[in-house]
Formats: sequence, C-alpha cells, structure tokens
Amino acid sequence: MSSINENIEIICLLEGIYQKYGYDFRNYSQASVRRRLKLKLNSSNLPSYSAMLHKVLYEKDFFDSLLLDLTINVTEMFRDPTFYKALRSDIVPILKTYPHIKIWHAGCSTGEEVYSMAILLEEEGLLKRSLIYATDINELVLAKAKEGIFPLEKIKEYTTNYQRAGGTESFAEYYTASYDAVIMKKRLKDKIVFSQHNLATDGIFTEAHLIVCRNVLIYFNKELQNKVLGLFKDSLIRKGVLALGSKETIKFSNYANDFIELVGKEKIYGKIR
Amino acid sequence: MKYEAIVLGVSAGGLKALTTLFTNIKDSFKIPILLVQHMHAGSDDYLARYLASICKLTVKEADEKEKIKNRTVYIAPANYHLMIEDDKTLSLTIDQKVNYSRPSIDVLFESAVDAYNDKLIGIILTGANDDGARGMEQIKKAGGLTIIQNPKTAEVPSMPEAVTKRIKPDHILELEAIAKLLNSITI
Ligand SMILES: C[S@@+](CC[C@H](N)C(=O)[O-])C[C@H]1O[C@@H](n2cnc3c(N)ncnc32)[C@H](O)[C@@H]1O
Repeated sequence: MSSINENIEIICLLEGIYQKYGYDFRNYSQASVRRRLKLKLNSSNLPSYSAMLHKVLYEKDFFDSLLLDLTINVTEMFRDPTFYKALRSDIVPILKTYPHIKIWHAGCSTGEEVYSMAILLEEEGLLKRSLIYATDINELVLAKAKEGIFPLEKIKEYTTNYQRAGGTESFAEYYTASYDAVIMKKRLKDKIVFSQHNLATDGIFTEAHLIVCRNVLIYFNKELQNKVLGLFKDSLIRKGVLALGSKETIKFSNYANDFIELVGKEKIYGKIR
Repeated sequence: MKYEAIVLGVSAGGLKALTTLFTNIKDSFKIPILLVQHMHAGSDDYLARYLASICKLTVKEADEKEKIKNRTVYIAPANYHLMIEDDKTLSLTIDQKVNYSRPSIDVLFESAVDAYNDKLIGIILTGANDDGARGMEQIKKAGGLTIIQNPKTAEVPSMPEAVTKRIKPDHILELEAIAKLLNSITI
C-alpha cells in the first residue's frame, strides 16, 4: 500500500535527484517510477525513501546505480517487425526524395533499434546518404550502443524479427560472430553518431527528416509527453516524419493537429507544415 | 459499494475459463475489470474482440494514459506490462519480464493495490506458473478481496495453488460461482 507519507517522500527524493544531479524524473509516470524505487529500496536494505534520498545526496556511486534502475533499457532488434515493414513500404519512398537524410533516434538504449534502421537503409540503397543521430539519457547504454556488440543468444530471435520485417539478405551479413557475441559491421557503425541527450531537460538536438522515438514516451506523464512532442515538432523539417512506439500516440496531445497519420496502425506521423 | 476495481490474472487454459466467467457475468456489471492473460509477444487483440463478442461489457486492449471507466474490461496488450496510476489512468511499460512474463500479473496487481488500497478485488484463475501470487498477497494485506479458481477443477492448477501457498484466499470457487459472487457485488 502506498501511504500519503510515502508519496511525499518519493516526491522529495525525485526533487533531490533533480536539484543535485540535474536528472529530472519528476514528470515520469508515477506507477513505473514507484515500482523501480520499491525494488531498489528492497535490494539496498534501506528503511525508507528519505534514507534513500540521504544516500543519493552523499554517495554518487549509489546515485549512479539508481539512475540505471530508473531508466528502463529493454530493447531488441527489429522489435515489432510490422513497424519496419511499414517504414520500408511507406516511408522509404519519402526519404528517397532527399539528397541527404538525417535521422534522430531519441531514447536509443543499447542501439539495437539504430542498427536495425541502418540495415534497412542499406538494403534500400539509402545508407550512404544518411546520417543517424542516436541519443539517450543514459551514458552507460550509449557506450554499449557505440560498441555494437550483442549477445549471440539473441541472434536467433533477431533473425526471425529481421525476416518478418521484410529483410532481403541473410541477417548474418551484418555482423561478425566471435565466441558468445556478435559485433555489428563497421560500415553500419560509421553512419551512426551516438550522444547523450535528455529529452526532459535538453533542447533541440538536430534538424531531422525522420525522428524515431519508441517506447520512451510511455514512461512520461502527459505534461512531459507534450513537451517532448513539441520538441520533436520543432526538430523536424517541413513534412518530416515522426515514428512512435506501437502503444504511443500523438492523437490526444497538444500537437495532434500538427501531424497527419502516415501509417496509423504503426504510429508513424507526418508533420503538416 | 466498497469495491472500485477488479484485477484478474489468468494463463494456460485461460480462454475456456474466461469464456465461462464472462458469459456468466451480468450485462449490467459495473465495476471495471483489468485483465492480464499471458500470451505470446506477437499476439494481436484477438482476445479483446472475442470477449467483447460473448458479453455485453465494453472490452478493449488497454491504451496508454487511458482513464479507467465503469462497465469496461481492459486487457494488457501483448509484450507490455499494464499498471494503474493513482489517478486511475493506465500505464504501459516494456520493463523486464517478471516471472518470465510480460505482461505480468504481479506487476498489474501491485500497482492496483497502490491505486485502490482496500477497494480492490483480485482474482487468479487457471495457469501453469506462480505469477500473481505476490500480487494477491499485497491485495490481502491492504484489505482487498481475494478470490481464486478452485485448483482441483482448474484446467491447470499451479497458478491458483501458488496463491494458497502465500495467503488464505477469501474465496476458493468454481468459475460459475465466481461470476455469481461478482454479480452480487454492486456499487
Ligand atoms: C524502454 S527503452 C526503449 C528503447 C528503444 N527505443 C526500443 O523501443 O526498443 C527507453 C529508453 O529511453 C531512455 N530514456 C528515458 N528517459 C529519457 C530521457 N529523459 N531522455 C532521453 N532518453 C531517455 C532510457 O534510458 C531507455 O534507454
């Protein structure tokens, strides 16, 4: 049961994190944040969130580990294959009209989604004229993304996803296997720039033809969702494309009228002006 | 009067059990029902469409930030955890699997306890694992009502049995009797 006092303590904890370290979790979905904090409270044997606040303020290492717990980094390659299929059939033709293509993956986690995009672009003959910016709040996952090394045990699942997503080659073309891991091919990496960017507190990152931000907004409350959607709107070129996660929508936001559905079912939108 | 929401967890053998339950729930049933049925990551909204076809309630897949309404059944979409916010809106997340499951029954139930305290009914039906047992324990602790399908007659008994290892449920019943009990609770 969550008591009023406990909720106040959590508010203070999040405020403390923001004041001290600049990471703003105050407008994240409450239930999810509370669940993460509860798990952390139990695993660190602390008596209360107030005690946790004290530890956060005085022990940077503890904060770093908490930060990892607060950002959920679950991801996979070609997650939701039908989404990538729709990108190929409906969005690639739009991208083909541009001489240079800039793509921004916001909340890219360990990079699986970004490499999936690079593979798709290569198969569509667009990789050479594309540049992909991939950002995340969490520096640790970014470091992993940059390495482009993924566990071998996942490859079977990813290969199935790739094929369902309309992949035209053999998936093994895109990585080199060594021991229990695979390393993504350099020609894919060369087209990706990874950097830290916090959607809650930072401004426009780049001007993009396509912004992909999947399964990040679900962790935000309405207010922060609106703010971030505004940021995306301002970052897109005229008629730029915005792709959200399969359970995210622009429909009920402040920016519903600035976009049209390009592929409604896959939550792919086009900026009107 | 007392109860404001029902959380319902079911796994292997679920389709048959849900069919019996929902065909026996009265048309005017008011309290919102939030449902986790374990399913494969790629599943579509078949279950929602099917359940909608066999009862008079509104049945839909849960949408992110959706406000919970009476007379409605919300189903956790495949590959997402479903949670309830204190303001009675829904949240979806792709957090790690819990009990090898996403959606996980425990995740829904524990957030429901935070949102509804003792005004909550938890139900566990047939299933082959122990997801939901922790959540039921929390519901009981908070003073909510706990109901399980009789493991002796459940298609797969493990899931309701796992609940009995943690708590003494308020009711251990056949599916028809669960429907009858729910029908007798009015708000
Ligand atoms: C669940 S993952 C989604 C990864 C990938 N886009 C996908 O759909 O598979 C969410 C990611 O968003 C990142 N994130 C959370 N808050 C953020 C913020 N304020 N700014 C940027 N990224 C954030 C997390 O670090 C995490 O890597």
